[in-house]
Amino acid sequence: MTSLVVDGVHAFYGHIHALHGVSITVQPGEIVTLIGANGAGKSTTLKTIAGFLRPRPGRILLEGKPIAGLPPHEITRRGVCLVPEGRRIFPRMTVLENLEMGAFARGGRREIQDDLDRVCRLFPRLGERLGQTAGTLSGGEQQMLAIGRALMSRPRILLLDEPSMGLAPVLVELIFRTIQEINAQGVTILLVEQNALMALGVARRGYVLETGRVVLTDVAERLRENDLVRKSYLGEL
Amino acid sequence: MNWVLFGQQLINGVSLGAIYAVIALGYTMVYGIIELINFAHGDVYTAGSFVALATLVLLGASGHMAAAALAFALAVTFAVTMLVMGATGIVIERFAYRPLRGKQRLAPLLTAIGVSFSIENLLQLWMGPSPVPFPQIVPNPFFSLGPLTVGQMQLVVIGSSLVMMAALQLFVHRTRLGKAMRATAQDWMAAEIMGIDINKTIALTFFVGSVLAGAAGVITGLFYGNIWFINGFRAGLIAFTAAVLGGIGNTTGAALGGFLIGFIEVMTAQYVGFQWATVAVFSVLILVLIFRPTGLLGQQLPERT
Ligand SMILES: Nc1ncnc2c1ncn2[C@@H]1O[C@H](COP(=O)(O)OP(=O)(O)OP(=O)(O)O)[C@@H](O)[C@H]1O
Ligand SMILES: [Mg+2]
Repeated sequence: MTSLVVDGVHAFYGHIHALHGVSITVQPGEIVTLIGANGAGKSTTLKTIAGFLRPRPGRILLEGKPIAGLPPHEITRRGVCLVPEGRRIFPRMTVLENLEMGAFARGGRREIQDDLDRVCRLFPRLGERLGQTAGTLSGGEQQMLAIGRALMSRPRILLLDEPSMGLAPVLVELIFRTIQEINAQGVTILLVEQNALMALGVARRGYVLETGRVVLTDVAERLRENDLVRKSYLGEL
Repeated sequence: MNWVLFGQQLINGVSLGAIYAVIALGYTMVYGIIELINFAHGDVYTAGSFVALATLVLLGASGHMAAAALAFALAVTFAVTMLVMGATGIVIERFAYRPLRGKQRLAPLLTAIGVSFSIENLLQLWMGPSPVPFPQIVPNPFFSLGPLTVGQMQLVVIGSSLVMMAALQLFVHRTRLGKAMRATAQDWMAAEIMGIDINKTIALTFFVGSVLAGAAGVITGLFYGNIWFINGFRAGLIAFTAAVLGGIGNTTGAALGGFLIGFIEVMTAQYVGFQWATVAVFSVLILVLIFRPTGLLGQQLPERT
C-alpha cells in the first residue's frame, strides 16, 4: 500500500495561501525528493503532513488512513517523523537526552538501547559526544543529532527538511550517504532540498514545487535531464 | 555591628525568602514554557491560604489538638489546598491563556492582570476586606542556636520549602513528564515532533506551579497567623522579582533569587528602615532588568523562531 498520499492539499498562514492543491505520493521504501526555489512551499508541505498546518481542503493518507487534522504529536505516534528546517534540537539537553527524547512516544528499554546503539553506529561523532550539551555542537553535528533523534522514534516515514543546509561539502556528502543508509535499513523518506543535484542523486523520484504548486514530477534521472530543472535548480544555462 | 542581631535577621530572611522562592518557581516555570508572566500566580498563592483556612475550619482544627490529630489535620489541609490550587491553575490556563496563545504578547499579559484582579475580588467577597486570623495550630517553641533563637515554625517553613524545591528538581529531571516539560520549554515544535502533547504539558506546568503556590499559601497562614485577600499582590510581585533576579525560566535561579530577595528585604528593614524594604526589592528588579536581564544564573532565554 502507498506509504503516503498528499492529495490536493491547500494550506494557509493566516490569509497567505501557501499551498495550492499539492499532490504527492510516496511508495514504501522510496526516497522521494521535493525541490524548488525559496518560498516555493517545500517546508509548508512537510509541516502540513506533520500536522502543524491543517489542509484546507485536501487529504493526507498514511498507509491508507487519513491523518489530516490530527495534532502533530499524534502523527508522530503513527510513524511520521519530521526533521524540521533549522534542526531544532533541544539546546540545553545533552546529546543523549536529545536522543532519548526521540524515543519519548514509545516504550521498551531494550529496544531503545538497541536504537541508541544503531544511531551511534550511523553517526560515530554523536556516540563520542553523548554527554555534551547539544547547543554546543557544530552545525553538522546538530544535523546528525536531529536525524538521529528522529530515528529514535522508529519512524515508518521520515520527512527531512533541507538536511544539507549550511553544511560544508564533506558533511553534505556524509549526510546524503547516511540518508541512503537509513533508507536501506527500511525507512521511507521524503526529502526536501535546495541542493537539487544531490537530492536527485539519492532519490528515486522527485517533485518540483513552484509557488505552492507541483509543476513537474518524474523519476530522478529524467528530472536531472529536464531543461527546466537544469536551468532553474542545477544552475546550468 | 551587632552580630547577634544580624544572625537573627538572617534567620528571618531565610524563612521569608523560602516562601518567595517557592512562589518564584511557579513564575519561572510558566515563563520558561510559554513566555508569559502569569500575574495571577501571587493570587493563587493567597487563595491557597484561604482554602487552607476553610479546610482547617471544616476539620475543626484548634491549638489544643493531640499530636496525631494535628498531623492528620495538617496533612489533609496541605493535600486539599495543593490539589484545589493545582486544579485552579489548570482552569486559569485553559480558559484565560490558552485561547490567546500565539497571539501578540500583550493580550495574555493583560488577561493575566485581569485574572489577578478577579481572584483578589473573589477572595474579598468570600472572607471580607480585612485581614483574617488563621488558627495557630502548630506549637511554636523557640530553640537556641548559641546566642540566636529559631522558632519551630521557621524550621518548618525552611524545611518544607527545601523539600518542595528538591522534589521539583527530581520531577523535572528524572520523570517522563518532567522531561516533557523541559523539552517543551526549550523548543515546543520539536517537543510536538517527539510525540509530546504540549497542551497537556503546559497544563501540567500550571498545575505543578499552582500546587507549590498552594503549599506556600498554607505555610504562610500557619507562620504569620493571619491572611489577607491582597497578600498575593505584593508577594507575587516580590516573588516575580526573585525569579527575574535568579534568571527567569531557570528553576534553580528562582530558588536562589527567592532567598536573596528575602535577605535583602529583611536587612533593608533592619538597617535602613522598615519603609525602605519594598523599595529595595523593586530597585533590585529595575537594576537586574537594566544591567543583567538574564539574571544571576544568566541562562539564555528559550530560543524561539
Ligand atoms: N510562518 C509563516 N507565516 C506566514 N507566511 C509563511 C510562514 N512560513 C512560510 N510562509 C510563506 O509561505 C510560503 C512558502 O514557504 P515555505 O517555507 O514553505 O517555503 P520553502 O519552499 O520551504 O522555502 P525555503 O527554501 O526558503 O525554505 C512563502 O511565501 C513564505 O513566505
Ligand atoms: Mg523551507
